[in-house]
Amino acid sequence: MTTRVGIEVSIAIADAVKLCNPDVVAAYPITPQTHIVEHLAELVADGELDAEYIPVESEHSAMSACLGSAASGARTFTATASQGLALMNEVVYVAAPMRLPIVMAVANRALSAPLSIWCDHSDMMSVRDTGWIQIIGENGQQLVDNIICAFRIAEDKRVLLPVMVHLDGFNLTHVIEPIAFPEQEEVDKFLKRTPYPLPLNPDKPVAMGEFAPPFIFTESKWAHEMAIVNSKKVIKEVWNEYNKKFGRQYTPVEKHHSDGAKVVLMTMGAVGETASVAVDEMVAEGQSVGQIRLRLWRPFPFEELRESVKDTDILIVLDRAISYGGPGGPVASEVKSAFYDQEKRPKIVSIVGGLGGRDITVAGFKDLINKGIKIARTGSKNEYEIYGVRE
Amino acid sequence: MEKYAVYVPRLVKKRENFAPGHRACIGCGEALAVRLAFKALDNNVIVANATGCMEIVASQIPNSSWHLPWIHTLFENAAAVASGIEAAYKAMRRKGMDVPNNVKVVAIGGDGATSDIGLQAISGALERGHDFTYICFDNEAYMNTGIQRSSATPFGAVTTTSPAGKKSFGQFTWKKNMPEIAAAHNIPYVATACHSYPFDLMEKVKKAVNTPGPAYVHVLSVCPTGWRSATDTVIRLGRLAVETGIFPLYEVENGQYKMSIDLPKLKPIQSYLKGQGRFRHLSDDLIAQIQERVKLEYEKLLGKAKNGNKRTKRNR
Ligand SMILES: Cc1ncc(C[n+]2csc(CCOP(=O)(O)OP(=O)(O)O)c2C)c(N)n1
Ligand code: SF4
Ligand SMILES: [Mg+2]
Repeated sequence: MTTRVGIEVSIAIADAVKLCNPDVVAAYPITPQTHIVEHLAELVADGELDAEYIPVESEHSAMSACLGSAASGARTFTATASQGLALMNEVVYVAAPMRLPIVMAVANRALSAPLSIWCDHSDMMSVRDTGWIQIIGENGQQLVDNIICAFRIAEDKRVLLPVMVHLDGFNLTHVIEPIAFPEQEEVDKFLKRTPYPLPLNPDKPVAMGEFAPPFIFTESKWAHEMAIVNSKKVIKEVWNEYNKKFGRQYTPVEKHHSDGAKVVLMTMGAVGETASVAVDEMVAEGQSVGQIRLRLWRPFPFEELRESVKDTDILIVLDRAISYGGPGGPVASEVKSAFYDQEKRPKIVSIVGGLGGRDITVAGFKDLINKGIKIARTGSKNEYEIYGVRE
Repeated sequence: MEKYAVYVPRLVKKRENFAPGHRACIGCGEALAVRLAFKALDNNVIVANATGCMEIVASQIPNSSWHLPWIHTLFENAAAVASGIEAAYKAMRRKGMDVPNNVKVVAIGGDGATSDIGLQAISGALERGHDFTYICFDNEAYMNTGIQRSSATPFGAVTTTSPAGKKSFGQFTWKKNMPEIAAAHNIPYVATACHSYPFDLMEKVKKAVNTPGPAYVHVLSVCPTGWRSATDTVIRLGRLAVETGIFPLYEVENGQYKMSIDLPKLKPIQSYLKGQGRFRHLSDDLIAQIQERVKLEYEKLLGKAKNGNKRTKRNR
């Protein structure tokens, strides 16, 4: 049924979006997201995708157009990165509490200054509290699959929240990988149209986005919070069903040699693949080392995380972003809070690395893991370590 | 235009799309202008509203003055939201989905939302050619946040951020010409209007909404709170703004300028300025400067209008 083709991941994402048959794509170009939106424009121009492509004049307007489109009941997609995500930030905040099921691919890239077009997770972290579901992929196949799952999750009546699908800029956007595409008919069956409950429609007028006085504001925030917390169940359900249909399983936390391992490295995004090579080599050398990969950043999978490292003594968390003057990398600080109240908990070491496209090699990951073990044993006066920095 | 006055009341629908019960100030010209604009239209309209007085006074969970589908998201993006709505309906209709036909999209915003913070989004939406109408309700300042100046605030006017003082006479820049900016996009329809000419306003809004492609209507809206004027002078001030040539009523249809009203002679601007606290401090010298500028701008406009030439002569 499915054959693999060698294809650039950005093109594959656009093709996956096409399989989802969106009605509106509104986007503004920014490296390293460009190939995704260029290919979508091409698909529309060639008549292969029946959608309105709105070539907006900014990311602020891209997300604003997405609000209008999704509020009208249309299936809506956009993509951005870095400065684009920062520019649209104000609008990103609006989409989730208005319960608009937009899907957005984010080609993770460092935020200026200094200007960098290369990958880290500072853009992804800047929208952490916008109330979107945030899924991150590690290779092209995961991203193609998760674009399809994202529409299904976003539009589920129990969820109705926008979803970001993150992919690391260049490390994924610009590489060619073997990817299997599901058949159109299968996707159509998996992704049935469910009409948006109360769209902007003259036949049944609704008011959307009214202002909330204090007597109702807290309740509206709580409703949003409940929606995203409860979405985890649906996300897992969709991933399980996807596996049944297409034979690839996704979980909020993916384990790799981690059961029973005394030392576990936690990664998020494309570096996970390089790290896994290092972990494999260390396991072959007889060390008790494993890896977990975070797939779901929001809602944060507390239980799954705790379960995945229940036998672990040392958990080394790699972050590709800094929370300046804060408690360490943003992922690590989340992980620490997940374990603070637990009776049995691993020592958690926060390491920041891979900023602005700095590579960490296989040898580098071994070094990083050994450093983490040392810090865990001897302690450190720093809240976190920054890997490979020249001081 | 005047001659319609006798007949049009019979043609105007009873239906209100913008219902009473909102919290606008007494004598609010902007609320009146919004009411008239949407009274001109049927109920096949979706409204995208920018943040500002009109959004705040007419919406508060769980109430609304709108009998139309209505969306507010942010201050500067109503035109972009409207482009998304327009594109969505276009795509859904084409794809045979179950949506009503002939849906019209109207974005509305104040002068701040339009000529300042949202200018880029408006320019983008006009340039891309979406089939929608943008209506600016211009009360010449950021009223919702407490009467701060905008680029549409007139020269000499006092606002809370362009105060008069020992070293200032208030706003020291000339009003940004937003209708000209819209017209420079070569869109099929641009018009200016005022609530004090209700039938003209309604005709223009109707025309704008029924014009395929982007249309822009700029509506001068008297704000007694911000202008420091009496609440019973709202209609008169709107008329004086037009009769003095300060706010000329005109249309630009496919690039052709057309004056909407026959003004054999412009009234002196003092008649307009004197009822307004925001101009109370102006010296004769400044008033003369403003008068000079108004005349110049008005003549420039008449020069562009195909029906303007004979009046240009008369005004000289
Ligand atoms: C990004 C952003 N900046 C500032 C504001 C604050 N703000 C809300 S409404 C407004 C002024 C509105 O002025 P205008 O568009 O002229 O409408 P009016 O209230 O005068 O009708 C301002 C400054 C905001 N809501 N969003
Ligand atoms: S401040 Fe002015 S525009 Fe705003 S509601 Fe009051 S009168 Fe109307
Ligand atoms: Mg204003």
